[in-house]
Amino acid sequence: MIIILTSKSIGDSNKGSLITSVTKKRPDGRAFDELRPLKIEAGVLERADGSSYVEIGDNKVLAAVYGPRELHVRRLLKPNMAILRCRYNMAPFSVEDRKRPGPDRRSVEISKITAEALNPAVFLEKFPRSTIDIFIEVLQAEGGTRCAGITAASVALADAGIPMRDMVAACAAGKADGKVIMDLSEWEDKEGEADLPIAMMPRTGDITLLQMDGHLTGDEFEKALDLAVKGCKIISEEQKNAIKNRYGD
Amino acid sequence: MVQSVVPEIIKESVANLIKNGERADGRALDQYREISLETGVIKKAEGSARVKIGKTQIVVGAKPQIGEPFPDTPNVGVLITNSELLPMAAPNFEAGPPNETSVELSRVTDRCIREGKTLDLEKLVIIPGKKVWMIFLDLHIVDYDGNLMDAAVLGSLAALMNTKIPSTTIEGDEVVIDYEKMVPIPIKEQPLMCTMAKIGGELVADPSLEEDDVLDARISIGMRTDGSICAMQKGGSVPLTREEVLKAVGMAQKKTKELRENITKL
Repeated sequence: MIIILTSKSIGDSNKGSLITSVTKKRPDGRAFDELRPLKIEAGVLERADGSSYVEIGDNKVLAAVYGPRELHVRRLLKPNMAILRCRYNMAPFSVEDRKRPGPDRRSVEISKITAEALNPAVFLEKFPRSTIDIFIEVLQAEGGTRCAGITAASVALADAGIPMRDMVAACAAGKADGKVIMDLSEWEDKEGEADLPIAMMPRTGDITLLQMDGHLTGDEFEKALDLAVKGCKIISEEQKNAIKNRYGD
Repeated sequence: MVQSVVPEIIKESVANLIKNGERADGRALDQYREISLETGVIKKAEGSARVKIGKTQIVVGAKPQIGEPFPDTPNVGVLITNSELLPMAAPNFEAGPPNETSVELSRVTDRCIREGKTLDLEKLVIIPGKKVWMIFLDLHIVDYDGNLMDAAVLGSLAALMNTKIPSTTIEGDEVVIDYEKMVPIPIKEQPLMCTMAKIGGELVADPSLEEDDVLDARISIGMRTDGSICAMQKGGSVPLTREEVLKAVGMAQKKTKELRENITKL
């Protein structure tokens, strides 16, 4: 018996052919240095100490922060500072083919680098012997969920009133169809040549997360890095607006 | 539900209020909190819903997959219900494999949906004994503010009613699955669940977080549209009397009717 699938099409924005030289636009109509539509909201959950909701393109991500609170795992405890723990998780229904619940290697790695991306921004030394727990839930994924998760987590940390040097913002750049572009969609990530997600503290310009996969020349890398930084700065403004919308100026 | 440590004094004050026919949040004993229900919130899922009862919030996603039927039921489709009490939903929820509460929640939800004959599972068969649609219903609990069960069933029903599967045709020995032509899954019934808590000797509908923490016993009743019963679950370690159980059934008949307005509004 043979099963034939006729065009399993997903989302509308990531359909279509590669960028043609005629239009110069990307499949979803964006310019090379344009973010997908972005929405950030702070304080969306009742129980969490801080929370936020981020939509970028078709990504839908929730973040919650608990703490600083007592740490029960003695071996992790640091006598002079708090520890920051992060759990990145994807809902089974967030992707095209149902994801089995629970952590896989990918989400464990993303959890680790997310914690490391946020660590330098938080004044952990103010809360010895305690933990700050960050939970990121991807409700819908459309490329760039780790960046959306970090962006959401920083807003949730601010919403929880945790003192920080800066709100970390994250954005990817990369290369698809021979062009260096900002904020790759799922389709551009899959079909493209390279992906470069970064996180940074926009006030100082310090980069706190950097990953890359694919193939870029030195020049292309520099261009992509500049685009990702530019994206972070735009996202950073929206993060600040989300906090202002909740708490006033 | 997931009981946290509650000082005796809170327990006493909640119980005393209820004995006087009052509740801490000003509701009548049989009154639900505000409910909101949206469907189609997740594009990547073939069916989805977001439900809020009070501040309890659940995102439900339904995903159909083609699979093999269980050997003992070769001629019906499969429904699998799963829930995750996310650590983001409450400070005392922990990450890891589903705990007792989570398993009970999925199983009671599954029972209510299944025994309520919500889906026409026979229509989910593609090739009898070989290929059927399996519907995975995933409940993502993002905020816990009491009474998960009623929210879980309400959200599950709404998500299933929102679910579309590709149409299938059999041509010779080939199955053609047409993702261009999506059809709603066959819904036969619309069961809902109503939970009552016994506190201070009285029954209250839709227990809040505080009430869920101090309750002596809880009874959840699943009902079809005609008010007949399709699932029940008692919880808590204090017994219920025959009269209390019958009273709860009467309350559930009245309250599931009200809950149903959220479904008809969709």
